[in-house]
Amino acid sequence: MIEFQVNGAGKRLDVEADMPLLWVIREHLRLTGTKFGCGIGQCGACTVHLDGEPVRSCITPAAAAAGRSITTIEGLAKSGEARHPLQQAWIDEQVPQCGYCQSGQIMAAAALLAEHPAPDDDAINAAMRGNICRCGTYARIRRAIKKAATGAAPNDGE
Amino acid sequence: MASEPSPSAGRRWTRRGVIAAGVLTTGALVVGVAVRPGNRGPRLRPLVARGDEALLNAWVKISPDNTVTAIVPHAEMGQGAHSALAQMLADELDADWQRVRVREAPAHEEYANYALGKGFLLGEMNIPAVLVDTVDGGFLKLTQAMDLQVTGGSLSLRATGTHAMRVAGAAAREMLARAAAAEWEVPPDELALAASRISHPASGREAAYADFAAAAATLPPPAKPRLKAPAEFNLMGKPMPRKDIPSKVDGSARFGIDMDAAAVPGMPRMRVATVRACPVFQGAVDGIEDAAALALPGVERVVDLGNAVAVVADGYWHASRGLAALRARWKTGGREGLGQQDIFAQFQGALSALEAQGGGRTDANVGDAEAALAAAPKQVRAEYRVPYLAHAAMEPLSCAAWVRHDECDVWTGTQNPLGLRAAIADLLSVDESLVTVHNAYLGGAFGRRASYDYALQAVQVAKAAGVPVQLVWSREEDIAQDKYRPASVSRFRGGLDADGRPVAWLNGYVDKHEPAEAPHIPYDIANQRIEHVESPTHVPFGVWRSVDHSQHGFFTESFIDELAAAAGQDPLLFRRNLLRRAPRHRAVLDAAAKAARWRTPLAAGRGRGIALHESYGTVVAQVIEVAVAAGRAHVEKVTCAVDAGFAINPDGLIAQMEGGIVFGLSAALHGEISIAEGRVRQSNFHDYPVMRIDEMPTIETVIVNGGGPLGGGGEPGTPPAAPALANAVFAATGRRIRELPLAKHHLGARSAT
Repeated sequence: MIEFQVNGAGKRLDVEADMPLLWVIREHLRLTGTKFGCGIGQCGACTVHLDGEPVRSCITPAAAAAGRSITTIEGLAKSGEARHPLQQAWIDEQVPQCGYCQSGQIMAAAALLAEHPAPDDDAINAAMRGNICRCGTYARIRRAIKKAATGAAPNDGE
Repeated sequence: MASEPSPSAGRRWTRRGVIAAGVLTTGALVVGVAVRPGNRGPRLRPLVARGDEALLNAWVKISPDNTVTAIVPHAEMGQGAHSALAQMLADELDADWQRVRVREAPAHEEYANYALGKGFLLGEMNIPAVLVDTVDGGFLKLTQAMDLQVTGGSLSLRATGTHAMRVAGAAAREMLARAAAAEWEVPPDELALAASRISHPASGREAAYADFAAAAATLPPPAKPRLKAPAEFNLMGKPMPRKDIPSKVDGSARFGIDMDAAAVPGMPRMRVATVRACPVFQGAVDGIEDAAALALPGVERVVDLGNAVAVVADGYWHASRGLAALRARWKTGGREGLGQQDIFAQFQGALSALEAQGGGRTDANVGDAEAALAAAPKQVRAEYRVPYLAHAAMEPLSCAAWVRHDECDVWTGTQNPLGLRAAIADLLSVDESLVTVHNAYLGGAFGRRASYDYALQAVQVAKAAGVPVQLVWSREEDIAQDKYRPASVSRFRGGLDADGRPVAWLNGYVDKHEPAEAPHIPYDIANQRIEHVESPTHVPFGVWRSVDHSQHGFFTESFIDELAAAAGQDPLLFRRNLLRRAPRHRAVLDAAAKAARWRTPLAAGRGRGIALHESYGTVVAQVIEVAVAAGRAHVEKVTCAVDAGFAINPDGLIAQMEGGIVFGLSAALHGEISIAEGRVRQSNFHDYPVMRIDEMPTIETVIVNGGGPLGGGGEPGTPPAAPALANAVFAATGRRIRELPLAKHHLGARSAT
């Protein structure tokens, strides 16, 4: 039996300690916004926050979440707020194409902004290079992060 | 009420389209357009049983609450087709964009089974007999008309959009206006229609479209509704925000893998399976030791699929652990010794035989290329090769299936729901009417989800298990069992006259798929012979973003660059001079060069390359700027010019160019699937790397609205990327890249220029 918080709500689940958190989230909690992409921590589609830190849930055992607080894309927006500023910026910049990787992208970006409120390109590269997008939306991801960071239109010369 | 029905038994159509209208019991007006299949590629032709079959291709529904629903026959896989198609329809209809909804047919629950779908389409609508055949035979049994249902070939907007969505919107608008004019007893030309409302300014009357739905449905649809001229467009040509995006930023969008079994009434608990096929292609199961797997928690069953083995469990993790614990022996039929070098040697042997003995199949033959080459004072030869490539869409392949004794439902993401439905019916030997495909958003596809293999496996596993099963492939299985972009070798010989003008172009390559024109060049070279020879291997191949254009764009645009270099001419000017009779191509080339500031000097270690390629009716030119340091090239900037006729959604077209470029650059920089011991060596993103954000160049896209017929958007951005990159590396280093990916080459210091 493992106990943790998910998006602010207490959960108590009978799952094996070594089951990856990804499958606990997707199959046991039915929070399907967190995605399976590679299973080996290479693509970032499964990114969630564990006590605010971005982790690859596909290689994070359930036991590692015991007593801690998990945030998924479904719980990213603060209560009372329709969307996290990044989610709004993602819409404003029309980032997603297929959209499959974007939960992980936004979760990685949210952790970045929590640490660096105004990240430069190098900081964005470092924080986001673990998240693959096969549709090639990287330029828009960069713009959206800068927009959310400043609350205004970015001016990155593009 | 069909316009222009056939003179003979309603099977022939004198025009492209037939319009029908009706009213649902809910009071909604429905207008549909049936479209006769257009051009079919050679791969699809055998699937189209009857050339004169038609299908219902677009529907617009105007509900009593005045919402407008566009029902579109294409899957949404990131290309923005749903929104752009709705934009085309809504513009012609003068609909309120904020209240336009998009639904995919027939995957939506309103079409959730045949009886329901048929009832929706037929039971409540007064459709003339001529169209019943169309609805029944074309919409719900669509194998005959598969070409327009497949999402691929960058077809959505140029076929469905132009011939169906716009026509449906315009027809509905005209019928509503006539109904309003009749009720208000005013001339129709005194009415104003905007934002889903009709007004009569002279009398001050005003009402919602929905108020006239019932009356409009009783009117005969117009034979040929008037479409707007570009100057009248309100939505087309504007960067409207996509309707699917809000759900893709908060986790609520449902992809095939997100199928919610609990939401299906009456369905038993769903199991999860994962699968491993014989890693040597075309092999078979020779025995399974499954005791250790079956002893693991959650593992329920092992299924022998003949060429693959699946483990069914209570969840993915358990299924995955079960598969890892299981030992399968394979029959590999002698193919276990084949390696990548054997395959390339086979291709080269086939090309050498072609050169020595002839016997190739001709793609193009104008003038006398051999004679012109022999007489040319300067001759250039080159051989290029490209590797197999995986699609590696972000969403692993998955399909949920529930097989009952007389019915089957599947939930998946497919580019071809109705083709899949026919394939499942064939597999189960049941009528297609008993098979329902519920299509969801596709987490990327790029051609991979045009194949049915993963869904048919799911149906087999679910049938064997006797319970609903969701089959989920691992990423390793995705890389090992793709339908790969074919590896290929292409050889060129070119002749230049004394002035450096090309007079002969000879090209021989292995394996032709589609589209047929992929190896053609736009350049005015008087003597050309392009031919190919088939050289089959055991490696399965499929369609990969831009299909044969992906390799031929690299081949032809690299070789024209080599000819320019041999002539001692600027690569841009050399191409321009050969495009005097191709003004559209020349304009696109010029637009890219201008935006890229082609003439501005670059620092040492940097270079610019240019490439031009037409595919799917769209012409794209790209200028790539690279910086070479420590033996590696970094792509700094891509400048892209695109003429797709007219950009329905300019921001959407720009996004597709960006996506196509990144896809092409990922492959050109890193992409390689290689064969060793008969199987694929790569397994996941660590050894099949793709472009990440830290490699992302600046991309600037210039739209050239040339005014020609609509071209595709999803694919044409890809083909020029690899040759523009290779040409840029040549400009920076003097080194010609004739084999992809670039990662295979260490780029030494610049030799000479």
